[in-house]
Amino acid sequence: MDKKISLLIVDDEESVRDSLYNWFIEDGYDVDCAKNAKEALSMLEARDFDIILADIKMPGMDGMEMHKRIKSLNKDSIVIIMTAFASVETAVQALKEGAYDYITKPFDPDDLSHLLRNAVSQISLRTENEALKDRITTLENIDDIIGSSEAMLRVLKEVESVAPSNSSVIITGESGTGKEIIARAIHANSPRKYFPMVSVHCGALSENLLESELFGHEKGAFTGAMYNRKGRFEMADGGTIFLDEIGTISPKMQIELLRVLETKTFVRVGGNKEIESDFRIICATNKDLKKLVAEGKFREDLYYRLNVVNIRIPPLRERLEDIPLLVDHFINKFCTSMSRNIISIKDVTLKRLKDYNYPGNVRELENMIERAIVVGNGKEILPRDLPLDKKTTDTSYESLEDLEKKYIANVLDKYEWNISKSARVLKVDRVTLYNKIRKYGLTSPGKS
Amino acid sequence: MDHAEEKKILLITHGPMDEYFHGTLAEDIQKIYGFTIHFEERHLDLNAYYDPVRRQYNGNSIISYLHETTSATYMKTLGLFNVDLFIPILTYIFGQAIFKGNVGIVSTYRLRNEQYGLKQDTKLLFERLRKVIIHELGHSFGLVHCYDPSCVMRSSTYVEDIDQKDFGMCISCRDLIVKIINNLQTSTF
Repeated sequence: MDKKISLLIVDDEESVRDSLYNWFIEDGYDVDCAKNAKEALSMLEARDFDIILADIKMPGMDGMEMHKRIKSLNKDSIVIIMTAFASVETAVQALKEGAYDYITKPFDPDDLSHLLRNAVSQISLRTENEALKDRITTLENIDDIIGSSEAMLRVLKEVESVAPSNSSVIITGESGTGKEIIARAIHANSPRKYFPMVSVHCGALSENLLESELFGHEKGAFTGAMYNRKGRFEMADGGTIFLDEIGTISPKMQIELLRVLETKTFVRVGGNKEIESDFRIICATNKDLKKLVAEGKFREDLYYRLNVVNIRIPPLRERLEDIPLLVDHFINKFCTSMSRNIISIKDVTLKRLKDYNYPGNVRELENMIERAIVVGNGKEILPRDLPLDKKTTDTSYESLEDLEKKYIANVLDKYEWNISKSARVLKVDRVTLYNKIRKYGLTSPGKS
Repeated sequence: MDHAEEKKILLITHGPMDEYFHGTLAEDIQKIYGFTIHFEERHLDLNAYYDPVRRQYNGNSIISYLHETTSATYMKTLGLFNVDLFIPILTYIFGQAIFKGNVGIVSTYRLRNEQYGLKQDTKLLFERLRKVIIHELGHSFGLVHCYDPSCVMRSSTYVEDIDQKDFGMCISCRDLIVKIINNLQTSTF
């Protein structure tokens, strides 16, 4: 454990206090002593102690009364009652009222060590539990997705409205836009949040491996299958399964997946027992699934089953106004993880960042900031710390049609697909705009 | 490590000790702590420290006595006894030292095989004693208990625990003791 466990010894006998103090200091605890309950309570008002070792019989206020008051000050403190052999009954009463344990004086050295070890492991478990709960409620909280642009606020609104339901979701967006973060936000704000969210990167696995990964396998199902193994659908029981790069899965896997989605049952590779699992499915892709359907590369029935709700994450170049917030967030993140002072960023550097087109999206910006912190002067990020020069020219290689398509999509998104407003901004008539929308296969977010 | 001649560790024995033990322990202390050890034989009347209820000797009171009567010229003083020692909170102790203090005590009573119905084994007794002395000196220099199973600073509640550990320290305790002693050197000498 990184942090020292703090321990307060409360006993009116000086020799007991001294002996315990020495014993626990030698064990590496952060130890303090109080000679009576009153002194202990005033110490506890000033700071918390993880473990309180208190004698049951003390003049003024006894250990039992003190125990009650300690619990009202800090219910998480572990109170161990020390007692002489004659007062075991009172100690048992203390246990009934919530004391962690009791120990009779004099202690066997092993009993004392054992008792403390158990108390420490309880503290570790509690700390770990709190950390996990915090992780669920903070790290993956919807409020922690960085962005105040209209485009991003719309995404967050969609996340908020879709999260409580059980509907399948497809998250689309270019590589590096944060599709998995959005999937996690949906999961974390859903009733399934206390169950696992299991992610599978379909593009990274061959057909056979993906099959075994998703459905699990029985021992001996194939060479190297030395043990039974649960699949990701089984692991996601009660929670959410997130399939990234869904557009890359093979036709055979598409059929398998469709069957699982329809029946919520599957069979492990090499097995014959049907396994049920209650999961919600969220998929992500940077491909145009509709186009893949039209080309016959993606099953239409699977597409409609997955695409109940579609959330499109805008690329970073469409929400450049979020860059200062994102930069601040990444500076804080990396400076903290590298144990450095939080550094600033020059206005001219921020301008350079806003002028860039980000083919790698937020991930690229994140890497840029990390690099800048590593190579920079430790005080502020300067333009020379950014690896921008070569990449900013990347857009010059895009075709005119691509640029037109992106620009029209941008304007439509900005005006929430209000055709009249968008046409006015683009200085074309409504019919021309409809023709362009059809030509480029543009779809409004939320519509399949 | 080698330190100024004037600072030594004093080991007070109550009765004669084997020459072999003297030599081996002196080597250990020199190797681990870098100090030479001085042996002194005393015959202390321990009756004043006997607790008739517990039928044991009060280790805290003996430590206080040693603290009051020991010359400050010694870096550390360790009293070696052959009676059953206790401190008020514990049923027994093998040894005890004031954490970051100058005084400690060690007893051979519960280190003897005969205590557990086994055949006398002087060699094993000396080995256990050496480990307890090195361990208690470690506390007096400010080392806490170590979780490395073979490190001499690992906490031992039974003789079997003592038998399982080494005479030496693990790497992290060794690094720490070197730092502590270097700091002491800078501030003291």
